[in-house]
Amino acid sequence: MGGELEDSLAELRQTFTSGRTRSASWRKNQLRALLKLIHDKEDNILEALFQDLGKHHVEAYRDEIGVIEKSATNALDCLDKWMAPTKSRLPLLFFPAKGEVISEPLGVVLVFGPWNFPISLALDPVIGAIAAGNTVMLKASELAPESASFLVKTIPLYMDSNAVKVIVGGVDVGEQLLQHKWDKIFFTGSPRVGREVMSAAAQHLTPVALELGGKCPTIVDTLSSPSDIKTMVKRVIGGKWGICSGQACIGVDYILVEEKFAPTVIDLLKKTIKKLYGDSPINSKYLCRIVNENHFERLHKLLEDPLVAASIIHGGSLDKEKLIIEPTILLNPPLDAEIMTEEIFGPLLPIITLNHIQESIEFINSRPKPLTIYAFTKDETFMRQIVSETSSGSVTFNDTIVQFVCDVLPFGGVGHSGFGRYHGKYSFDTFSHEKAIMQRSFLLDLEPRYPPWNDFKMKFIRLAYKYDYFNLMLLLIGLKK
Amino acid sequence: MGTEEEEKKVLFDEEAATSLVKELRASFANGKTRSYDWRVTQLKSMLKMIDEHELEIVKALRDDLSKPELESTVYEIAMLRNSITLALKEIKHWIKPEKVKTSLTTFPSSGEIVSEPLGVVLIISAWNYPFLLSLDPVVGAIAAGNALVLKPSEIAPATSSLLAKLVGEYMDSSSIRVVEGAVTETSALLEQKWDKIFYTGNGRVGRIVMAAAAKHLTPVLLELGGKSPVVVDSGINLQVAVRRIIAGKWCCNNGQACISPDYIIITKEYAPKLVDTLKSELEKFYGKNPLESKDLSRIVNSNHFTRLAKYLDEDKVSGKIVYGGERDKTNLKIAPTVLLDVPRDSLIMSEEIFGPLLPILTVDKIEDSFAIINSGTKPLAAYLFTNNKKLRQQFVSTVSAGGLVVNDTTLHLAVHTLPFGGVGESGMGAYHGKFSFDAFSHKKAVLYRSFAGDAAIRYPPYTGGKLRLMKVLMTGSIFSIIGALLGWSKV
Repeated sequence: MGGELEDSLAELRQTFTSGRTRSASWRKNQLRALLKLIHDKEDNILEALFQDLGKHHVEAYRDEIGVIEKSATNALDCLDKWMAPTKSRLPLLFFPAKGEVISEPLGVVLVFGPWNFPISLALDPVIGAIAAGNTVMLKASELAPESASFLVKTIPLYMDSNAVKVIVGGVDVGEQLLQHKWDKIFFTGSPRVGREVMSAAAQHLTPVALELGGKCPTIVDTLSSPSDIKTMVKRVIGGKWGICSGQACIGVDYILVEEKFAPTVIDLLKKTIKKLYGDSPINSKYLCRIVNENHFERLHKLLEDPLVAASIIHGGSLDKEKLIIEPTILLNPPLDAEIMTEEIFGPLLPIITLNHIQESIEFINSRPKPLTIYAFTKDETFMRQIVSETSSGSVTFNDTIVQFVCDVLPFGGVGHSGFGRYHGKYSFDTFSHEKAIMQRSFLLDLEPRYPPWNDFKMKFIRLAYKYDYFNLMLLLIGLKK
Repeated sequence: MGTEEEEKKVLFDEEAATSLVKELRASFANGKTRSYDWRVTQLKSMLKMIDEHELEIVKALRDDLSKPELESTVYEIAMLRNSITLALKEIKHWIKPEKVKTSLTTFPSSGEIVSEPLGVVLIISAWNYPFLLSLDPVVGAIAAGNALVLKPSEIAPATSSLLAKLVGEYMDSSSIRVVEGAVTETSALLEQKWDKIFYTGNGRVGRIVMAAAAKHLTPVLLELGGKSPVVVDSGINLQVAVRRIIAGKWCCNNGQACISPDYIIITKEYAPKLVDTLKSELEKFYGKNPLESKDLSRIVNSNHFTRLAKYLDEDKVSGKIVYGGERDKTNLKIAPTVLLDVPRDSLIMSEEIFGPLLPILTVDKIEDSFAIINSGTKPLAAYLFTNNKKLRQQFVSTVSAGGLVVNDTTLHLAVHTLPFGGVGESGMGAYHGKFSFDAFSHKKAVLYRSFAGDAAIRYPPYTGGKLRLMKVLMTGSIFSIIGALLGWSKV
């Protein structure tokens, strides 16, 4: 295993050094190959996702295949523009000269994919890495074994196998990979492992992007229009149970709502859940299962705390055989219980009531910075307040999850939810070095740049730094002392 | 006051660091530093501070490094003044949210990217430009609305204590602090949770800083160094090239600068001419006895002096000196020294020189120089002198470095429209101008949706028709969407 890994790494390094991954045509071919792969193998992907997580094929298409199709197509469309150097304006003082910034590939990069969106969150960063002209090692998560083995088997059939490699494995493989020097590490996962990744990267001065999670709060302001309330409830359900049964870094973690509005929200949530998932949601084919027994047990334990159990107002049934947990709503569980201190990452939805919705800002600010804040409100002052007084990777008003597919917005965390950003051009940038280039001519060499130093040179340089061309001229023709 | 200060210095341990950060965090939390007024007031104050104390600053730099007044005025004070003036002029634009055009997939919606301060940041600076490299990042941190701690280098003690004094007098001490000290104090600071750490220095400490940051998931910006090469092609105005090399090497703190030319690569054929020109220009600038020149900085301390002496005394190197080589241990002075054809496995060619020694490597063909550069770690800067367009093109596309300059040296540092920062061993992250503001900001994505425009396809129960519509929605083509809605599409 060890030797094999070193060979792969050497091959990736050699391919990068050969320079072939730098050409626009190579990059485009690889992106096209990836698109062809997801078209040809759509059924296999859907099947793997069903095996790994019980993901319904429509959900799987929306959150995995569709995401990759969108990202790869967008990268193909924009690549020429992204690769073009940006010109920088230089002060006249440097005349004749020109400045520009070119994006160059970093080299050999390592991407860690997670298990919850084992196809899209593995391949989306790879699209950025390829678009930027790097060679890539993708480590697929062993916790989604079917998807991982699909990637290992299929990627080499479509893409340049000397430049894009896939490896599957657990902690041991991760540790081995981290001993080597990479030019960038892109990690999606938990803060605990994120720390380890960054510590290892520090030994080689490797920059990292950490896409972590956190408890994404959803502020629900008191809404008056019944149709708005209906839309809000659907979007909350979509952002919680509709996305891998809550096993998503941008999934709704908990709701903040005013006490007097809570009954309306709860009532409609219950009704809508029933409508969407039927009378026996455990048997619904529209709900993902929990990824494995460990996570099932973890979630089970969250509910076992007697005070938490007492706060369940809807659902709460678990099927250990099928690893399915019913959509579960809790009203005001204790704030120091694990369900309110740890990221839930599952189908449990605590609702915390406040006297006044404004208190939600302080509530959020007293906890680690989340990846996303969702807020349903029509109050523009409150919107502005949320944007300027809280901190999070992103803020989405009146909807959930959609920011993820909006390529013009950077996607990434801050503080506890990580750092570095991707999507659209940001993916390209995250895998590029912005190299500053300045070109001068041999003409016009200014004597005052060189010693021996004297007062005249000092005056000259002072003026030059102020870009005070008028006085500079006076000084040069001897009119200024 | 003085003794109290000293006591405080000795007592700066982890506990002190913890309470300092707590204090700054409280100050940041009350929102003061976020206001536009606060940022502008602090920047203006800093401007006033350097205007009123320019002489003291020059003196401190002379004490620490015997830095010539002109160098201090130009590279430390004027550069900083420009940086502040630019921030003051541009900050209104920088803090404005950037509107973005959202796609059809999320219609109807509008989006913006809001720059928000990261929080409480730590800036650890270096001894070679102890004034500029301390306060230039501070300008960015303030402009972006952060509270901060600055830890100047203990190796430039006069500047460090002057910074502590002046910052204490001029800046808002509830949000901006200076902590002086060495390893113990730095370690105590690194134990704390920061929202960003900005470090200027070497790769060894850079690794320590990043590993410490990892414990708190703190992003880092590392400004390191490296061996910045100069490739000199034939058929150029050699005199101008040589003067510009000298300006970047000995006129920049006697080579003790992270973007100083570290070594030259030239063809065998052209090398003698280069050496001759270097000799005559150096003599014009620094006279026959450069150890006496007032226009050269000294070596910062005896450790560094010994390090540099060791490079020259290595057996396979000592015979290669073609110019200079004189040193004065008592005054910590080393004359501009040029070495020809040093072996590549020598110490001087395997470490960053950071001093007044300039080795010249020779190659048969100038194109061979790129392979030499790429065989080492990525430098902070790389320079090329040429009139050959093709060579220039090749240089730009094959040499990876923080920044490149063609036909000059070090000037890119002064251009605020260019990002300044390293890659690989020379660091990560960039600053200067707006890039400084960005380095200390979080770019928060904000998406505004309306309650209208809800598509049933997003929610279960999932059907075949929903899948078809979703497929076209994800790619955002309006025609396909209409097609799918009307039932034409067979996607």
